[in-house]
Amino acid sequence: MAAADQGDRSRRRGGLVPYALLTPGVLWLALFFLVPMFTLFRTALSVKESRFDLEPTFSWRWANFTESISTYSSQFTRSFLYAGAATVLCIAIGYPIAYVIAVRGGRWRNVLLGLVVIPFFTSYLIRTLAWQTVLNDDGPVLSLLDAVNLLGPLDQIGLVQNGRLLATNVAVIGGLTYNFLPFMILPIYVSLEKIDLRLLDAARDLYANGWQGFRRVTLPLTLPGVFAGTLLTFIPAAGDFVNAKFLGGPNQTMIGTGVQDRFLVQLDYPTAAALSFVLMAIITAGVLLYARLLGTEDLI
Amino acid sequence: MVGDAHRAPETAAGRLGRRLLTGWAVLGFVYLFIPIAVIVGYSFNDPAGKFNIIWRRFTFDNWAHAFERGPLTEAMVRSLQIAGIAAIAATVLGGLVALALARYRFRGGALIEILLVLPLTTPEIVLGASLLSLFIDLDQQRGFWTIVIAHVLFCTSFVALTIKARIRGFDWTLEDAAMDLGAPPWRTFSRVTLPLIMPGILAAALLSFALSIDDFIITFFNAGTTETFPLRIFGASRNEISPQINVLATVVLLASVALLLAGVAARARVEGRPVVVLTDTDG
Repeated sequence: MAAADQGDRSRRRGGLVPYALLTPGVLWLALFFLVPMFTLFRTALSVKESRFDLEPTFSWRWANFTESISTYSSQFTRSFLYAGAATVLCIAIGYPIAYVIAVRGGRWRNVLLGLVVIPFFTSYLIRTLAWQTVLNDDGPVLSLLDAVNLLGPLDQIGLVQNGRLLATNVAVIGGLTYNFLPFMILPIYVSLEKIDLRLLDAARDLYANGWQGFRRVTLPLTLPGVFAGTLLTFIPAAGDFVNAKFLGGPNQTMIGTGVQDRFLVQLDYPTAAALSFVLMAIITAGVLLYARLLGTEDLI
Repeated sequence: MVGDAHRAPETAAGRLGRRLLTGWAVLGFVYLFIPIAVIVGYSFNDPAGKFNIIWRRFTFDNWAHAFERGPLTEAMVRSLQIAGIAAIAATVLGGLVALALARYRFRGGALIEILLVLPLTTPEIVLGASLLSLFIDLDQQRGFWTIVIAHVLFCTSFVALTIKARIRGFDWTLEDAAMDLGAPPWRTFSRVTLPLIMPGILAAALLSFALSIDDFIITFFNAGTTETFPLRIFGASRNEISPQINVLATVVLLASVALLLAGVAARARVEGRPVVVLTDTDG
């Protein structure tokens, strides 16, 4: 949300025209985003005696929040740990890729960017199922590790559990990292591309070596990209339940698993709504705090 | 680059660092393509049971029966319909919002932008759950149209922000020029404004289509018993993972790559042309 359009003076006053243009879209957002947020909040404070009640009754029951937080505390912790680990891994894998494309890509830049995006033209679920194929008990990765006698040592450092990769934290974090990687690469690439290369030349002229030039010039200038990428990775990862379902076991369930189970299976709407609300509140607080720490004003 | 003469000679450590970095990036690309190789490869597998997870032997059978009628193909068609409707609706709604934000100065613009960003910084599961709570509240049965409503919602935000980013800084005095030359407002819009913002609109529509066709979490909450392609895969994954999934996924992949290449080619052509189209007088 930028102060960026101060520059274009050619924007005009149009009386009621802009409001007319805005109305349909804004109405849609109001009806199907703001109003549902309100009903979600109402539902979170309601009571539903049994699953056979069709609709919950509103009753200011704040205890729904405390009860659902304590019932699902381990899922909350896990969701944020997984999402945090996946975000860090996305930076570790995505930043170098973005850097190599932007700085060394030359005329192959667009082709390389295309290569980053192409895997994500297949369905999200199918990609995750493909990881299940790769990691499963009779799959290629485990056979390979077994053949080179690495299973034992890896088991000891916890990367493999009881000879399995599926149903481990590693598998779920790996899946989340994979699925949200392009959302990290693309914003970092955009911020790298904007850098004026003469700044790096200036750094070299002042006898900075490559590493110093990177640390003092490139990295600070790409922090907004890292910030955007972190939001685009962390938020969907924290709310995900697909990776936990396909790659994890009963000990890897996330908060999304809980919301989905309460809402759609147990038909316990108040608990599900309270869980969703808490998730959103924590994420919003986190985003604001993070924005303040990094001092970035552009959220998008 | 300028100033190469002054620059400190590259050290052995620097060279090693560059090689390591490139190597790491190459590994990253390998990581990106592992599942893709599996998806395409396993579309030629002849699995032993109902789960296409373990390689048995090579076959063309899955491809020969790629579009056989069945729940999976039906779900695919339904997903295409939903994505088509959602992309068109969201492009119109979001495009108008973007035009208002980029073209006019008016009160409340900042508030509108916050409203646009919020659905994108809200986890999908919360969007899905909140819409479901609304539909339950209204006693509205979930199905095709509730899915469309949900998709139009998140696509509208994406469209508005994408188009707005594309046309920010656009020189609106070009319109005045057209009007000074006697073009009526509608003609000015269709001959000057629209062609200039068209690439942004097309990109946003494609993005919406892609987001809609692949959406799982929000759809999962608001579909009732209606099955889209992702929902079908999820629902069936307990009992079977058929190779037909891999075949359809490969087809979608190839189609998207073709579309991407066509888009790149079209853009190269557009960029080769002069920007202003005032002199262009056909129609």
